[in-house]
Amino acid sequence: MGEEGSVKLHGMWASPFARRVNLALKLKGIDYDYIEEDLANKSEELLQYNPISKKVPVLVHNGLPIVESLVILEYIDETWTDSPYLLPKDPYQRAKHRFWAAFFEPIFDMMKKTLMLQGEALETAVKELSEKLDVAEHGMKEIYPNGVPSFSQEVKPGYLDIVFCSLFGTQDVIEEFFGIKVMTPERYPLLVSWIDALKQVPQVQEVTPPKEKLLGFLQFLRQKYLPQNA
Amino acid sequence: MTNDHQHFIPFPSKTETELRVIKMGEEVILLDFWSSPFGMRVRIALAEKGIDYEEREENLNNKSSLLLKMNPIHKQIPVLIHKGRPICESMIIVQYIDEVWQNKVSLMPSDPYDKAIARFWADYIDKKIYSIGKLVWVSEGEVQEAAKKELVECFKLLEKELGDKHFFGGQNLNIVDVALIPFYTWFYALETCGNFSIVEECPHLVGWAKRCMDKQTVSNSLPDQYKIYTHLLELRNQHLAHLKG
Repeated sequence: MGEEGSVKLHGMWASPFARRVNLALKLKGIDYDYIEEDLANKSEELLQYNPISKKVPVLVHNGLPIVESLVILEYIDETWTDSPYLLPKDPYQRAKHRFWAAFFEPIFDMMKKTLMLQGEALETAVKELSEKLDVAEHGMKEIYPNGVPSFSQEVKPGYLDIVFCSLFGTQDVIEEFFGIKVMTPERYPLLVSWIDALKQVPQVQEVTPPKEKLLGFLQFLRQKYLPQNA
Repeated sequence: MTNDHQHFIPFPSKTETELRVIKMGEEVILLDFWSSPFGMRVRIALAEKGIDYEEREENLNNKSSLLLKMNPIHKQIPVLIHKGRPICESMIIVQYIDEVWQNKVSLMPSDPYDKAIARFWADYIDKKIYSIGKLVWVSEGEVQEAAKKELVECFKLLEKELGDKHFFGGQNLNIVDVALIPFYTWFYALETCGNFSIVEECPHLVGWAKRCMDKQTVSNSLPDQYKIYTHLLELRNQHLAHLKG
């Protein structure tokens, strides 16, 4: 059953958190208006809807704001109750998926930090990230014991796929930018196959920013944090 | 067939097979530590639902092999073990409890929007109160002053959300109440270490906390504030001694 009413999403094209919501709405086939925010010049509406953190994404449904990407994903799943279901129905499986989503949460800040580092500090940060990915590679075997599915009309990505995709869907671009290879198929066969499977999904392709645009943005951020490194 | 069923559930292990016998009546186990606010959340949720469970106190300096098997990734309490399977992370456990034992009092509103609001505030509490509160009782000088100021701001925001409701959940506790009330056990330590009065800064929040404590499900789940103060004071002294070298 669909929910009638207006759906608006305040987002920013490079934000993985906003990308999650974009992806969820598209996977569920929900009509919505997307408002691109300039984070250096936030709209009145955004500040009014999210006065506490003033961040994107904010979903506004019938004039009511919902904030925090994972909270929004659950809201979407509970409001638009037709399939595809983002979260499993079984409480134990739900707990497992929520656990792994929480596990991936610190990764954005770890990645953002690498933009501000160089030399040995950067190497250390990359090592920390790799070790976290080792845990994920092992842990995902209990989510996908038979390997990652080929996503299709019948098997669409869900909550955890969306979270993972938002953080690692552009991994190849980020690695190209740094000139470092992190997510190798030898060390992370399951995670790499997961990214590859997700890249085939039309809705994922729709929300993934173009490579050149992302490279330009990473360059801009790096120059901001390390001006001598231009 | 006897009345007393026993389940023989081998826990998977890379090294040795550790076998445990779990009786049907004791199929809920909580791995816990007395002073953990996160453990307290789970105790309250279990009490609200009237669930029988076995509480196992962990020695955090010598963690049990069961804890290490059930939560290999974070190796932290609380861990709820239900029918031999682990659930980790306190708010994930609380939601699991609410979703499994549905015929009891509900810890979540039924409307999806109200659920989103509750989840938002539980997440806010998770992100802010532990880390900022800890800075108040563990540090001194400027760091402590800044943390105090921020903590009071957080409490005031929560007071605003509470409004004139009896609890965040209205007439009954919800996940926001459950997420926040364990930190009431820190109030004496916060006030003493930080030299300020929480009831003066946030009277409505203290009023709410006292209403929670009137409920046996809460008061039976929380240790005494003075005991917590002594414990936190010890951690503070260790931390400050370590800093001074």
